[in-house]
Amino acid sequence: MIHFVLSISRQGKVRLTKWYSPYTQRERTKVIQELSGMILTRGPKLCNIVEWRGFKVVYRRYAGLYFCMCVNHEDNELEILEIIQYFVETLNRYFGSVCELDLIFHFHQTYYILDEILIAGELQESSKTTVHRLIDAQVIC
Amino acid sequence: MNPFSSGTRLRDMIRAIRACKTAAEERAVVRKECASIRAAVSDNENDYRHRNLAKLMFIHMLGYPTHFGQMECLKLIAAPGFPEKRIGYLGLMLLLDERQEVLMLVTNSLKQDLNHTNQYIVGLALCALGNISSAEMARDLAPEVERLLQFRDPNVRKKAALCSIRIIKKVPDLAENFVNPVASLLKEKHHGVLLTAIQLCADLCMISEEALEYFRKKCTEGLVKVLKDAVNSPYAPEYDISGISDPFLQIRLLRILRILGHGDADASDLMNDILAQVATKTESNKNAGNAILYECVETIMSIEDSGGLRVLAINILGRFLSNRDNNIRYVALNMLMKAISIDGQAVQRHRATILECVKDSDASIRKRALELVSLLVNESNVKPLTKELIDYLEVSDNDFKGDLTVKICSIVEKLSPEKIWYIDQMLKVLCEAGNYVKDEVWHALIVVITNASNLHGYTVRALYRAIQTSGDQEAVVRVAIWCIGEYGDLLVNNIGMLDLEEPMTVTENDVVDAIEVASKRHASDLTTRSMCLVALLKLSSRFPSCSQRIKDIVTQFKGSHLLELQQRSLEFDSIIEKHQNLRSALVERMPVLDEATYSGRRAGSLPAVASTSQGNPLQLPNGVPKTVDAPLLDLLDLSADEPAPPTSSSANFLQDLLGDDILSSSSQSGRIQTQKSGTDVLLDLLSTGSPPAQNGSFTADILSISEDNNNKTTVNALNGLSSPVVTSAQRSHTSPVMDLLDGFGPNPTLPNNGPTFPPLVAFENSSLSLIFKFSKQPGSPQITQIEASFTNKSSEVYTDFIFQAAVPKFLQLHLEPASSNTLPGNGNGSITQKLRVTNNQHGKKSLVMRIRISYKLNNKDMLEEGQISNFPRDL
Repeated sequence: MIHFVLSISRQGKVRLTKWYSPYTQRERTKVIQELSGMILTRGPKLCNIVEWRGFKVVYRRYAGLYFCMCVNHEDNELEILEIIQYFVETLNRYFGSVCELDLIFHFHQTYYILDEILIAGELQESSKTTVHRLIDAQVIC
Repeated sequence: MNPFSSGTRLRDMIRAIRACKTAAEERAVVRKECASIRAAVSDNENDYRHRNLAKLMFIHMLGYPTHFGQMECLKLIAAPGFPEKRIGYLGLMLLLDERQEVLMLVTNSLKQDLNHTNQYIVGLALCALGNISSAEMARDLAPEVERLLQFRDPNVRKKAALCSIRIIKKVPDLAENFVNPVASLLKEKHHGVLLTAIQLCADLCMISEEALEYFRKKCTEGLVKVLKDAVNSPYAPEYDISGISDPFLQIRLLRILRILGHGDADASDLMNDILAQVATKTESNKNAGNAILYECVETIMSIEDSGGLRVLAINILGRFLSNRDNNIRYVALNMLMKAISIDGQAVQRHRATILECVKDSDASIRKRALELVSLLVNESNVKPLTKELIDYLEVSDNDFKGDLTVKICSIVEKLSPEKIWYIDQMLKVLCEAGNYVKDEVWHALIVVITNASNLHGYTVRALYRAIQTSGDQEAVVRVAIWCIGEYGDLLVNNIGMLDLEEPMTVTENDVVDAIEVASKRHASDLTTRSMCLVALLKLSSRFPSCSQRIKDIVTQFKGSHLLELQQRSLEFDSIIEKHQNLRSALVERMPVLDEATYSGRRAGSLPAVASTSQGNPLQLPNGVPKTVDAPLLDLLDLSADEPAPPTSSSANFLQDLLGDDILSSSSQSGRIQTQKSGTDVLLDLLSTGSPPAQNGSFTADILSISEDNNNKTTVNALNGLSSPVVTSAQRSHTSPVMDLLDGFGPNPTLPNNGPTFPPLVAFENSSLSLIFKFSKQPGSPQITQIEASFTNKSSEVYTDFIFQAAVPKFLQLHLEPASSNTLPGNGNGSITQKLRVTNNQHGKKSLVMRIRISYKLNNKDMLEEGQISNFPRDL
């Protein structure tokens, strides 16, 4: 199960947070601080998995943004990497060559897209066309 | 237009915030916006609610408090239009979490939306419920969600499935309701529904055993077929990821097959073919393919054995391990840890690669590799592996050193073939990374050192060298100080040289120098300095020539700010100066510390005896009154199979146990003895519970007893006493006692006395005799009252007569003050003293006791010792 999704810029600014497990506001800020410290300092050649508090955090860097997902110890890290890729590709297709500014100014659309891909920390749909169709339908609606 | 009215568009607000150069500017902008939003909220404005909530969410993401907007979410959710509902639900998910009570208010809206005609609105409600519902909400809305599992639209079905996952996690009792719907969902064709249904099935199986059995029986074959179709399906662009068709579905299927096949041979059989196919056919040049292979290997490892598959799996892992991609290597190391339990040999073949991974530049890989290495180590490869790890310790990062030292120490401890190798390795580790080593580690090292008596000389010399070179590592300094204090004489005299050693000349002064330096070092902490003081005390006894110099060093700490050091300094100084006769006994060689009790204690299972904190037995010398009792009591456990300690140290131990008695209670007993012995006799008799009214009448009789030694009167007088306890007033012979005891036996008015025991000559030599008389109270067979009486057989008078006794663990001993401490000669008088012994193993073990009698004869100190093991069996 994915416990939370974070998107952090290289300067440490939070662009997206989605929590699927109960964390209070204070805990959330603490988590973000800790993970930012850990992930932003990692070199480029290192593996995309860090162990943190008994969980695993899988992350990938896209231009100036890090997308991180926190999973249980027994989950398949390589699959999570694929899910992150899937999410970013969908964003790309929706916004057209997505960049960080798009995520800032259209953050609610970003969340809508994330809600079509993940619910309760699990993947919802593996077909990209279906996801796109659904998002388009709801914008008009 | 005022840019900060509530009419500000979201875009403009974001732009304004981003344009701020300082945090203070940003705060000002945010404050203005919040103010206008708050005004709009209290005015209950409808038009801009949507926009205001979006702005509020952005402000929330920046980190500012936004709880005044929570009710806005609810109002928006209750609105009829889709965009309002959408933003309302988004706000709900972002600004609230499941613990807030406001969430309960949404339940009704959710219920209505779950029944809505617009499928997208139903989708919104399911999404919100699935992400943040609390347990109460889950219970309330579960029936709706169950119904939606069979909705006409597949998108709603898939969201309902994921929502159900959250429901059963929050309320596990409801799991059985979902089993049947899921079974039918698993037969669908729609990939999204299949994906989510499989996930729900997996979670159901983890929560409920019955569900697992049900799915195993009914669905395994169907799922295998679905996997076959998925693997063999032709190219379909909508599912294609890096050339593989729907890897997500394949991974989920592999996972559910793992859960179903685990522990069940039949289910596992059904899967063999497809697993082999996946393992061989999947391309592994892209991440998606590797993800599938990884999942496949996990599944093969978990289900029941079918030889060929396992070999395939380990081969795949071997390939992963040598892949250049770091993620793949990480994943491989992870999997290999599970593979060890299945085929350890195969994993051993990759040992060299794994060792390389320990030195990798990537911290995650290093950690995994280190854990794997600690699982791989066994007796045959422990020496080269440890050497590699210690070599790496020198170059590793500081944050990794902590983990590495822990692992090395545990490996060395578990598998060291001989003690000298153990000591060598530990010394190297301590010299290299002593500051990262936990306390238990060097405590254990000291325990091992004491046990390796032939290596004491070697060890202390090695430590002396180590302290010169690696004096900055705290642990080394502590172990070295302890050993130098204990075995300093071996160091100076080059005793116990092994063949591989070179001779070293170390004078006594050098040794004291080393300890002085350690004690004065700026970086030494309280523990180290305290240990230095103790070591100096030991050396003052072993090196008498340096005694004055040591005294000077010790006195320097008298004014220390730290209470511990001050106290030790004062006490030790006083020992060195005034109590030289005690000193050598106090700081004798430590006994061999028992490894078994020590490691048992470390594992958290304290034996009933030891109550001292760790570290104490190693820091305080023998004999200081506040010392631990445990090792001493162990040695005094006379029924154990341990070798009897040499007699000189047994004197030491008795002294230790009763040290307080020597120093303090002798004065006490002296004081009590000032009472007249006559009244003592009276008190003894009368304190046994006889009714007070009878006191007067008996007094005369009893006094007559003591004067006449008239047995018959005694018997008659004492007949009336209700207490059977023998408290004799008699002075010397045993026969009156016998009569007294006999007198009690047949008396019908007295309650049953319990068994009677003959008196015992506990100790006898040419100058002294000691007789024990026993009695027991009925109803407490474990407690024995003993009256000890001492008789002086010589013609001289003994003064300062002190009797001490020690008993093993299963007995408890209570000594009352003696009747006097002067024993006139020639049997003209005797001293009596009462003891009470409680035998916790009454019936199983009989009493044993060690005694020690000290007295002065013509102003000369005399000492008698002995062991009494001829107690009657049933005491």
